[in-house]
Amino acid sequence: MQRFILGRVVQSIVSMFVVSVVVFALVRMSGDPIQIMMPAEATKADIELMRAHLGLDRPWTVQYWRFATQALQGDFGRSVRFRRPALDLVVERYGATLELGGIAVLIVILVALPVGVYSAVRRGSPLDYAARAFAALGQAVPPFWLGLVLVLIFGVLLHLLPTSGRGTPLHVLLPGITLGWFAVAGLMRLTRSSMLDVLGSEYVKLARIKGLPERRVIWLHAFKNAALPVVTFAALLFVALLNGSIIVETVFGWPGLGLLVIEAVDSRDYPIVQTVVLFLSAMYIGVNLLVDVLYAYLNPKIRYSQ
Amino acid sequence: MSNGAAIATDSEVLARRARDRRWPPAVPLTVVALLLLCALFAPLLAPHSPLEGSLGERLAPPIGLEGAKPGHLLGTDRHGRDTLSRLLYGARISLAVSVVGITLTGAAGSLIGLLAGFFDGWVDTLLMRLADISLSLPGILIAVLLSVVFEPSFTNVIIVVVFLLWPSYARLTRGETLGLKQQEFVALARIAGCSSARIMFRHIVPNLAPSILVLATLHVGYVIVLEAALSFLGVGIPPPTPSWGVMVADGRGLIEQAWWVSILPGIAILVTVLSLNILGDWVRDRLDPKLRQV
Repeated sequence: MQRFILGRVVQSIVSMFVVSVVVFALVRMSGDPIQIMMPAEATKADIELMRAHLGLDRPWTVQYWRFATQALQGDFGRSVRFRRPALDLVVERYGATLELGGIAVLIVILVALPVGVYSAVRRGSPLDYAARAFAALGQAVPPFWLGLVLVLIFGVLLHLLPTSGRGTPLHVLLPGITLGWFAVAGLMRLTRSSMLDVLGSEYVKLARIKGLPERRVIWLHAFKNAALPVVTFAALLFVALLNGSIIVETVFGWPGLGLLVIEAVDSRDYPIVQTVVLFLSAMYIGVNLLVDVLYAYLNPKIRYSQ
Repeated sequence: MSNGAAIATDSEVLARRARDRRWPPAVPLTVVALLLLCALFAPLLAPHSPLEGSLGERLAPPIGLEGAKPGHLLGTDRHGRDTLSRLLYGARISLAVSVVGITLTGAAGSLIGLLAGFFDGWVDTLLMRLADISLSLPGILIAVLLSVVFEPSFTNVIIVVVFLLWPSYARLTRGETLGLKQQEFVALARIAGCSSARIMFRHIVPNLAPSILVLATLHVGYVIVLEAALSFLGVGIPPPTPSWGVMVADGRGLIEQAWWVSILPGIAILVTVLSLNILGDWVRDRLDPKLRQV
């Protein structure tokens, strides 16, 4: 197990290195930053001086080293648009994204797990059919469009919920549902099929023969074992939420990292884009690692292997 | 005896299911066929230009609603462009992205998986670690980055599709190749003096084809939603090209006055993807039921 974890840690570091190289290379490929920074009347000597000052005359390996060490020390450059350090802006917006993600996870777990479990237990019932139809539909609905449909229904037609911005607890409801939707469908399907496998097993039959109450059989005996594949889904869930948060924040004007990066794309604010991409990639890689380690711990086949 | 009866019912059920599986589900098949026709014959079918509109006819609602303009069945957007015509041309974008994207990624990913499975050793380790790394990078952020460095474009969308999907093809073909390599026909081909390249492409690839095809079918819906999402965010197909995602984005600020501008293209995406997913499941059950677990 230690070997497995060590391997995954090394792989995560390599992944992060690759991301940083890709970000570095793409931003450098986007053109000479000097041209943007210097006034038009600058002389050739001025430009050369600036280039040397910024270290842009050095080999690209040296430049990458400088970029990476500065990034590790928290220096990601200054936002062109806001004229402030990029990291400050990212940290400021981070809370909003976390809040939205937290609500979405809550919605996903509260809806998908019980419905998935009961749709397996009462296989073939109207609830099961409804759940499966919802899952099929849920995976085909584009999230950005679902957001607009919710705005139309709950905001424009019914005037029930606020449709943009952040503030009262009600503000988070529509973005949260939109963000959680896709993951609900996936997790529900997975929980259902995983529960079906477990419910047919000998030990569940034994638990029933022993005369245990059905509720205990389902949640204590069956669900505990069905939960293992569900844990792997947590990684997928996070991916869905991360990709989704960029979309959902754009639709609902939710002031998080996703909206920040999309606005930065519009205003060609490279330092912001670069920082958000690095920041979110690190989170993404970190969570993937965490889920794998958790999975290894929960799965005795890996836990006790050499 | 009740046991025997139960078995009989089971086999009846299985027989009925087998009958159901023989033919593709009719409704999704019709939807996809119609969509293909729309995409191919968009210039003939579209009543108006997808790119030019007349401002006098802007934001006309679909026929049947108050204030509708004759000639615009599904209404117009804020530039007075005909929604139906844009939807028809939009089908071309979805089709082009999925065909080009999946062909490229399927070919590249499968080739990598084939090489990894066939040669084993360090080639295998290197290529599969690459796949792991690729899977551990967030795709939509790569798209955002690409679009800020280069202009948003069709090529960017294809790069993102390839980047996100190649590992699944590589993993699939690697696994299958590892199994096929052990079979007698490969040993016999070797004895007959075939080169590695000939064994790979003439003897192994034909056996991989069904699984690759199934995976590709299952990916079509995903790629269409991905393209739409990227275009919606402004990092995919650039406006005024009528991608369905661009159309939804166009109507975003108009949801209160003109819901149809963004709701209709969304329905087009939903119906298309749902049909493709159902068809994909059918193709999988027909060709390669063991992929069910994937």
